Amino acid sequence: MVSAAGAGAAESAPATRVARAHAVLATVPDPEIPVLSVVDLGIVRAVQVLPDGELRVGLSPTYSGCPATATIREDVATALERAGLGPVRVVDVLSPAWSSDWISDEGRRKLREFGIAPPTRVDAPLLPVPCPHCGSVDTERLSEFGSTPCKALYRCRACQEPFDRFKCL
Amino acid sequence: MSATGDSAANRDAPGAPLEYVLRLGDTALVLAQRLGEWIGHAPAIEEDLGLANTALDLLGQARLLLAYAGEIEGRGRGEDDLAFLREESAFRNATLAEMPNGDFGDTIVRQLLLDAYQVPLYERLSASRDPRLAEIAAKALKESRYHLRYSSGWVVRLGDGTEESHARVQASLERLWPYTLELFDADELDRAVVASGVGPDPRAVEQDWSIRVDAVLAEATLARPATARYRWYGKQGRHSEHLGHLLAEMQHLPRVHPGARW
Repeated sequence: MVSAAGAGAAESAPATRVARAHAVLATVPDPEIPVLSVVDLGIVRAVQVLPDGELRVGLSPTYSGCPATATIREDVATALERAGLGPVRVVDVLSPAWSSDWISDEGRRKLREFGIAPPTRVDAPLLPVPCPHCGSVDTERLSEFGSTPCKALYRCRACQEPFDRFKCL
Repeated sequence: MSATGDSAANRDAPGAPLEYVLRLGDTALVLAQRLGEWIGHAPAIEEDLGLANTALDLLGQARLLLAYAGEIEGRGRGEDDLAFLREESAFRNATLAEMPNGDFGDTIVRQLLLDAYQVPLYERLSASRDPRLAEIAAKALKESRYHLRYSSGWVVRLGDGTEESHARVQASLERLWPYTLELFDADELDRAVVASGVGPDPRAVEQDWSIRVDAVLAEATLARPATARYRWYGKQGRHSEHLGHLLAEMQHLPRVHPGARW
């Protein structure tokens, strides 16, 4: 995952480069839920410039087997290199393990607008899940699993629409 | 302890022995492969998704563990080499994981018995003195808790369901129960990892497992089977006749087309 591209930015001050990298990361979409950026999803860990000039980005995988993980890693490296912020190295950070609690408030709002019920805090009391379409709390879970590892399947009894809910992990 | 205690990860902290990491990784891999066999065949689309997603989590766990095993071994073998190019006798999975799917009840009972094992195991491994193993376990633990909720829910539904579903899932339990003995029967390697602070005492895991399983069985109105006398040792490479068939299917493509890519 190392790239030699983008020598141009390497001379700029590390703090500027890190700040620019954060701005670029906020535009890299999650491939499965493109309304969310990798920053909204809460998977971006340390962004730092190493003494040898390499920009190192730590990413927390959401689910161990999530097939999008490799794509995200490549998308992040490509976006940073295109912005002239290379050389870039993307590393997996397993610990502490990612939690859906790390999804930003902005991310939660975007999920709702996209028709996916956002997760509640992991230690929050179990309450009915509001329908992202009509807001009714008269909903039921159809399956604890859904179309991607991070989602479960629900149905709204009020508007009759099925919807995805981000799993609380 | 470890045959290759000089790998990078092992320099500062006590490293997990290769064999021990293979036990964990192979159990996750073989169970993932079994669950994957359900794709397109489950009784309902929701269960198809549930089993497939559980399989995917387990496959992810297996990849992390086998990649680490390859590093410990230090002979340049990666996760794919270990998954696809080892013979049956080199696999160290618990025999229970390789038991055929049977009907949905058999699969879900096997899942309960292994989920209820992985949760307390990963809980304790999260505090392993091997930092790499600890972080993989902490990650896997969250997923396994979710799996346990799913399998417990189904065992309760089937056990406390109709006369037919109760009888069948009780029979599944009787059939699979003997294979759980191996999980807690400490051998030399288990004792070595306890001594080095890398892995938990299987007896402690067993106590926790028993509490969880008994609670589900009680709610499901199922009877806990009597302890069987014979034991299996898949974790030492002595498997049932079923693993060879599973591997034949899983390994066929990479063996026929070495290095093939999507």
